[in-house]
Amino acid sequence: MSLSLEQVQRIAHLARIEVSAAEAEATLSRLNGIFQLIEAMQAVDTRGVEPMAHAQDLSQRLREDAVSEPDRRVAFQAVAPETEAGLYLVPKVIE
Amino acid sequence: MIERSLKDLAAALAAREISSVELTGLYLERIARLNPDINAFVTVDPEKSLAAARAADSRIAAGAAGPLTGIPIAQKDIFCAEGWLTTCGSKILSNFVSPYDATVIRKMHAEAGLVPLGKTNMDEFAMGSSNETSYYGPVRNPWDRQRVPGGSSGGSAAAVAARLAPAATGTDTGGSIRQPAALCNLTGLKPTYGVVSRYGMIAFASSLDQAGPMARSAEDCALLLNVMAGFDERDSTSLERPTEDYFAGLEKPLDGLRIGLPKEFFGEGCDPAVMAGVRAAIAEYEKLGAQTVEISLPNSHLSVPAYYVIAPAEASSNLSRFDGVRYGYRAPEYGDLNDLYAKTRAQGFGAEVKRRILIGTYVLSHGYYDAYYLQAQRIRRLIADDFVAAFKVCDVILGPTSPSPAFRLGEKAADPVQMYLSDIYTIAVNLAGLPAISIPCGFVAEQGSQLPIGLQLIGDYFSEGRLLNVAHRYQQATDWHRRAPEAI
Repeated sequence: MSLSLEQVQRIAHLARIEVSAAEAEATLSRLNGIFQLIEAMQAVDTRGVEPMAHAQDLSQRLREDAVSEPDRRVAFQAVAPETEAGLYLVPKVIE
Repeated sequence: MIERSLKDLAAALAAREISSVELTGLYLERIARLNPDINAFVTVDPEKSLAAARAADSRIAAGAAGPLTGIPIAQKDIFCAEGWLTTCGSKILSNFVSPYDATVIRKMHAEAGLVPLGKTNMDEFAMGSSNETSYYGPVRNPWDRQRVPGGSSGGSAAAVAARLAPAATGTDTGGSIRQPAALCNLTGLKPTYGVVSRYGMIAFASSLDQAGPMARSAEDCALLLNVMAGFDERDSTSLERPTEDYFAGLEKPLDGLRIGLPKEFFGEGCDPAVMAGVRAAIAEYEKLGAQTVEISLPNSHLSVPAYYVIAPAEASSNLSRFDGVRYGYRAPEYGDLNDLYAKTRAQGFGAEVKRRILIGTYVLSHGYYDAYYLQAQRIRRLIADDFVAAFKVCDVILGPTSPSPAFRLGEKAADPVQMYLSDIYTIAVNLAGLPAISIPCGFVAEQGSQLPIGLQLIGDYFSEGRLLNVAHRYQQATDWHRRAPEAI
């Protein structure tokens, strides 16, 4: 299979990465090269094979539903681009 | 001093032959002198390092030292370390001073008393096999400065190879500890998935990522793994197991060891000079009492294709957290919220990271999920089952770590697929979640340079101790691992 330029733009939008027309063009041929590599999988008959999501087939641990971490909001927000009154600032979402 | 093993350095510190401050100073001086050319470190902070060294000296004086207290170590810049710039090789984290410690960092420094020498360069978000995707520039291989050190833990490998640090940490998602170890003449161990905590280790592909030691010998790696390994409730995939002493079994004789040689690793596609080094090592192992048995990993040729679906899929999800809102880089100009995300990520990520996010987004998207992502997960199962079958007839599996010695800077940078094939022997191990180690096994003379070759030993789940033992016995019979590059 190979991707189209429109598909590249569509995926880039889903991934929230702005790409210029020139970038999309350059990316397209590289991505198609990678998809050619991936295609080798398609010939394999995997009917009846259980998909493996994880190296160890373990169930998730549960812990007590209790506070286990101290409040470090100030330290964590100190590394944010823009905060105010303990909130993260972003452009207005609702008019 | 710079050629001493960690065990000998610890003995020198205990005997007050040298202080941690002196030892740390010696390495900081070497870093100041040699790093501008090699570019192994992206951050050094001598004041912080020396403060930690002074604390280690007090601990030694008080008789409260652990086996590695006072020994300096380089940390891959993928580990969050409180108060340290933690970039993961990316522009998007170029201003990120971590407010907390990764578990590996806490265990090594706060608990074991190792001294942090600085943060090492790496491929951006660990996506690369040459260290050329770093925002902070490529790392040069100390064995030939026109060549790559491998990746993604290329800075860690070059730092130890150039004797800018006695040892370093790395992380391995598809070969990122083992391949640079092979290309820089080091010993590098990727533990079983879940043995070392991933808490505070910036995630690339969470079901594959695993941290491990990179050092000059298996003995050094055993001492480091003793400090790094262990259950961590802050990592939901950390395994609850009894504590193991990886040092204790190093000397065990190899009589009767069954070494599996996968025919797929000894066919075409490998540099003949690399293969010759690996074959010579097999002969050495036979002298040490091991037997060889031919095995097959029939689906191993599918590991690279399956990996380049699974790893980008997980990466596209993991890297969605970098959005310019809570930490890291934010684009200086933007319109609405979507534009803030799209511009921040366009400017903050490099080309290879963007490619992988796009692949991941595609294979997880509606209509393609079954054909790509589920198919890759089924193939992952076939690959893991191949190993299960193999370990019924052998104890360890041996083959080359990398199909070629270190390549030239720029040689594969333009072709992602060529770069990906550099990990052809290492990736299956991550998909299965197994432990594996790369150890030096010779040199190739190429255009006036001596380039190291590495061999890989793969073990069954939780066989780190056995792998270190098998590597250590070989290193007692050979001296490849002791060789250092000239002009360092």
